[in-house]
Amino acid sequence: MGEAQGKIRRGYVRPLDLKHGRVDMTHGSGGRAMVQLISELFARHLGNDYLGQGNDGAVLPAPTFDGKPGRLVMSTDCHVVSPLFFPGGDIGCLSVHGTVNDVAVMGAKPLYLAAGFILEEGFALADLARIVESMAGAAKEAGVPVVTGDTKVVERGKGDGIFITTTGVGVLPDGLDLGGSLARPGDVILVSGSLGDHGVAIMSKRENLSFDAPIESDTAALNGLIDAMLATGAGLRCLRDPTRGGLAATLNEIATQSGVGMMLHEQAIPVKPVVAAACEFLGLDPLYVANEGKLIAICAGADVERLLAAMRAHPLGRGTVRIGEVIADDHHFVQMTTAFGGKRIVDWLAGDQLPRIC
Amino acid sequence: MKYIDEFRDGELARNLGASIAATVQPGRNYSFMEFCGGHTHAISRYGLSDLLPSTVRMVHGPGCPVCVLPIGRVDLAIRLALEQGVILCTYGDTLRVPASDGLSLMKAKARGGDIRMVYSTIDALQIARDNPDREVVFFAIGFETTTPPTAVAIQQADAEGLKNFSVLCCHVLTPAAISNILESPEVRQWGTVPLDGFIGPAHVSTVIGSRPYEFFAEEYRKPVVIAGFEPLDVMQAILMLVRQVNEGRAEVENEFARAVTRDGNLKAQDRVAEVFELRREFEWRGLSVVPYSALRIRQRYASFDAERRFNLDYRSVPDNKACECGAILRGVKRPQDCKIFGTVCTPENPIGSCMVSSEGACAAHYSYGRYKDMH
Repeated sequence: MGEAQGKIRRGYVRPLDLKHGRVDMTHGSGGRAMVQLISELFARHLGNDYLGQGNDGAVLPAPTFDGKPGRLVMSTDCHVVSPLFFPGGDIGCLSVHGTVNDVAVMGAKPLYLAAGFILEEGFALADLARIVESMAGAAKEAGVPVVTGDTKVVERGKGDGIFITTTGVGVLPDGLDLGGSLARPGDVILVSGSLGDHGVAIMSKRENLSFDAPIESDTAALNGLIDAMLATGAGLRCLRDPTRGGLAATLNEIATQSGVGMMLHEQAIPVKPVVAAACEFLGLDPLYVANEGKLIAICAGADVERLLAAMRAHPLGRGTVRIGEVIADDHHFVQMTTAFGGKRIVDWLAGDQLPRIC
Repeated sequence: MKYIDEFRDGELARNLGASIAATVQPGRNYSFMEFCGGHTHAISRYGLSDLLPSTVRMVHGPGCPVCVLPIGRVDLAIRLALEQGVILCTYGDTLRVPASDGLSLMKAKARGGDIRMVYSTIDALQIARDNPDREVVFFAIGFETTTPPTAVAIQQADAEGLKNFSVLCCHVLTPAAISNILESPEVRQWGTVPLDGFIGPAHVSTVIGSRPYEFFAEEYRKPVVIAGFEPLDVMQAILMLVRQVNEGRAEVENEFARAVTRDGNLKAQDRVAEVFELRREFEWRGLSVVPYSALRIRQRYASFDAERRFNLDYRSVPDNKACECGAILRGVKRPQDCKIFGTVCTPENPIGSCMVSSEGACAAHYSYGRYKDMH
């Protein structure tokens, strides 16, 4: 026994096998394996002083905006994307960008993120590491640390590899109010770049769709662009990132909330030729396809040039264009003048966008 | 986008609109049916009716494969998925078609049916190869455009010895549907549906050619222009129809000369003839039972016929009484004439099939044009 004991190293834990290892039920059971997963993977990549506190909750300083007390903005977003890795990004950076953007479009400065992971038994640790690294990179780039988190493991077949929920907190200065109910007739609608890139990148990768287009997701954190926009002092009414349901869903939401109509101009709406071609091929309408790094801004007509210039000066806003105006309309329709001089509704999406047969 | 943008040029479309306005004869009304849902969609999406003079009316026809699929056929597919436990592969649009008991394929999927959307028969074959222990059924719907790929899939499955693959064949024929409309009392006897000509679908004619329409032009004295699906194609076709009417001609003209020939794609026709034969009759939503209007799988390929393999017996199910899809598909009524249009029946909760696909007359009008009814 004495001989054997000599070989045992006190406190030794075999490191996680990040090459061939897989998530198993013990990683969520609250024992050593879970602590190891957290320390060797999550804390290693995402680590910061707040996360390092290691308590059930993170203790954070009271938020201020330019030294003055502000209001809190909080938003949460669940990410269930399939495939997990797609051209231009993965579920990790997406889960950071999505929530940072939801906080930032309120006009707030995003401060902290919380992340919840639901892992499926059997999920490759190598993939998990890749995802967490990508999250860490995105959080660093956006300047918003992940300060607390949680991990659960579900049995094989009960999840889709990994689901990530992120919650973001930000601070909004007093006096700044942006919202979907503030659009008024005469306002101008801007979009920060080409539409449909994310959705088409995802769809081109999805199984059952042997379609190969060199299209990358536009996933990006927009808080920097929004900072530049707010700095102009332009009369902003509402900012939104047109994710699920695309431009059409977002504008319909705003029109309903504000009790106004909108008139878009088809020829002004930016869609990359390759995305347009893919949509044509798949029977989809790019107006309804998701974006993850684009912004819709509704602003007072008088301030539009100032805002346009500031947006175009930012790397994520170079492609900003004016696509339409807010109009008075009791039916709250979003309409569009077609390239033909005709008019049509840009309606809510009914269910999922399904490809037409012929 | 090369080869597409050229056919979406707004300036040219307005010029064509002006030509049409200059060509129509004063005091004369023109009523043309665009047979195909693809044209209905193009007209609504690009707002083409705004470019036409008020005396030119477009009547939506029954050429939307999802819209003419009767409830009983969708029921068969749902039974296969829920009762027989097959993997049912289907084109996307078909998922939302309302069936019996408040179900649709989408709802059957939520109840545990293994129903998968595919983009082509190639995907369905692959699913069959990947799941050798499961029965895989392809729910084959559509007009002449989707029929050749189904024929090829069956022949390929046969060549590979793929034993777990079969097809629930619901392929229908364009000329039979047009005959049915032209023979309907509303058109032939009562004249309540004035029809001065047809726009024929170009993609169908890339397969069957323009020849099958010559009979209609001659027998019923109706001009036919075969047209592509881009907005300029449709505008050009309308101008050609107006000219034919003015000159008293009833000919088959081909606007889509860039791909359609008189004889069509003979190879595709051969494949279809090898695998399929005419059905004696087939129920269409809206047109009811139409003789010799659809295809079934030949005896030679019987083992790939899901109807035979699973002993399916077809039961006809009447449409919801308030639904006017039947009359709309025959051109007798317009979507906005239906009492439940936009109230009970919306794209979110379609009662009738015309509200399902964006090619359906009701969905197209609801999604793109309903502001015209309100202002």
